[in-house]
Amino acid sequence: MSEQFSLDERAGLENQIDQWRTWVLARRAITPDDAAELEDNLRGRIADLRAGGLDDEEAFLVAVRRMGNLDEVSREFAREHSERLWKQLVLVPETSSEANGRWRDLGVLIALAVGAGIAVKSLLAVGDDQVFGLNLAFAVLPFLAAYFAWSRRLPGRVAGVLVAMTAAVAVAVNLYPFVIDEGASPPMTYVLTATHLPVLLWLLLGVAYTGGAWRDHARRMDFVRFTGELVIYFALIALGGGLLMGLLFATFNVVDIDIEPFVQGWLMPFAVPGAFLVAAWLVEAKKSVVENMAPVLTRVFTPLTVVLLVAAFVALLTGGPLTAVDRNLLILMDAILLLVLALLLYSISARDPLAPGTLFDWLQLALVGAAFAVNVVALTAMVTRIADAGWTANKTAALGLNVVLFVHLVGTGWLLWQFLRRRGTFDAVERWQTRYLPVYAVWAATVVLAFPPVFSYA
Amino acid sequence: MHIDKDLVAASATPLVLGILADGDLHGYAILKRVGELSQGRMQWTDGMLYPLLHRLERNGWVCAEWGVSDAGRKRKHYALTASGREALVQRQAQWDVVADALRQVWNTLQAPGTAGAWA
Repeated sequence: MSEQFSLDERAGLENQIDQWRTWVLARRAITPDDAAELEDNLRGRIADLRAGGLDDEEAFLVAVRRMGNLDEVSREFAREHSERLWKQLVLVPETSSEANGRWRDLGVLIALAVGAGIAVKSLLAVGDDQVFGLNLAFAVLPFLAAYFAWSRRLPGRVAGVLVAMTAAVAVAVNLYPFVIDEGASPPMTYVLTATHLPVLLWLLLGVAYTGGAWRDHARRMDFVRFTGELVIYFALIALGGGLLMGLLFATFNVVDIDIEPFVQGWLMPFAVPGAFLVAAWLVEAKKSVVENMAPVLTRVFTPLTVVLLVAAFVALLTGGPLTAVDRNLLILMDAILLLVLALLLYSISARDPLAPGTLFDWLQLALVGAAFAVNVVALTAMVTRIADAGWTANKTAALGLNVVLFVHLVGTGWLLWQFLRRRGTFDAVERWQTRYLPVYAVWAATVVLAFPPVFSYA
Repeated sequence: MHIDKDLVAASATPLVLGILADGDLHGYAILKRVGELSQGRMQWTDGMLYPLLHRLERNGWVCAEWGVSDAGRKRKHYALTASGREALVQRQAQWDVVADALRQVWNTLQAPGTAGAWA
């Protein structure tokens, strides 16, 4: 009889622990592994308390109390594992007031998207392709920055500095006397400025994204994740939009109405910036299920890219003397390095830094190694040729970018190697990524602001 | 005895590192050791130890491995790494400075002559 009773009591305790576990697991910042660890602690505490004379019920209650306030504990977990926060915690409305806030957010964002559309439309109205190319980023990105400044309550001082810097860059590039021949292709320094400008503005936008805490490693990593996911969302929206556009054209064609002027003049100037801002809002709000795309995409494309690089390496070495190398090869190398770095950054930002090294990490190291080999071969051929033929703006920019990317890649490869040999941590790999981000801003600023005068606006 | 939250937070890292320097332990055993060392006067909130351990792991100061407890349950064991040992040495040097300064302050407070002079 008494044994029966103690069995029941035991079942009762197990039941209580089960309930407690469910309750713990309901917190998004706590993974099943963390819960198992906490449960081990709880069981140890209960066993000790029972040995001290408490019954199951009392021991359980005291042990749970000793565990501490679960809200505070889960907040600590969230602070320590910000990648979980990114994946799961972000903006899941828990109260109706938060849900209302979400709609207000969307309202503000749509207003800003319309503003961006009007800015693009008025830029088009100027009717000058050169002006348009130079100022498109200024017409769109400030509106997104304004959204972040608003939603993150950016301190006024930081906002002021950002506005001043952006305005200074805008004035400078628009005053630069680029040598423009009618009918000829635009001058090289103009093309370089126009292509590097969005990068510079994007990194300035990052300051607004972090709410002013741009020195913080975790916030910078969030910005990297944001950028990666934004690209995916925007591509998806663009695909859908393109499909709709095709159907629109086909339908109006049947009834013989030419809607191209409308599409060109009104629809595109508003739809493209609008799609961009909405994509940014979607990343923020996590409305969709794309959040787990990053690991999948990188796992698919990393092995494929390794194969591509090995093929490129063999082709470069066996394809005869590298005499035909020109600036196109250099630009090609930049593109390859950019792709490799994007793959690396993307998978690093989605990885649990505490997970031990896996086969996939080795594959990434192989990717870095292959990119390294290809780039070294191309670069040596290139440097000798440039030394012979002289430095043009284009070659200097391509070579500079190559060096910037190369240093980033070599650093990542080295730290990854250290991590896989258990000499270093994955945290070090992550920190290198975020620490290196300002280098891109500095390089982009150099190309945008210094190249035109140095190469006499040609 | 209640100990100020900031003091607990500041001393937690060197305590955990120091305890692990004696040998690998799982989380609850670390908590028990803290209790023993302070004769039960210092009691941490159990749940807060784990985010701390994960932070130390991310810094590469401890490494963790899943094992099995006597009761056959999953249990995570923590061990000090070489860089954890270095961090411990640094922390110890810092705490020595603080403790030394404090000891002098306490001594002045307890000196009978001074207490009387200011009364």
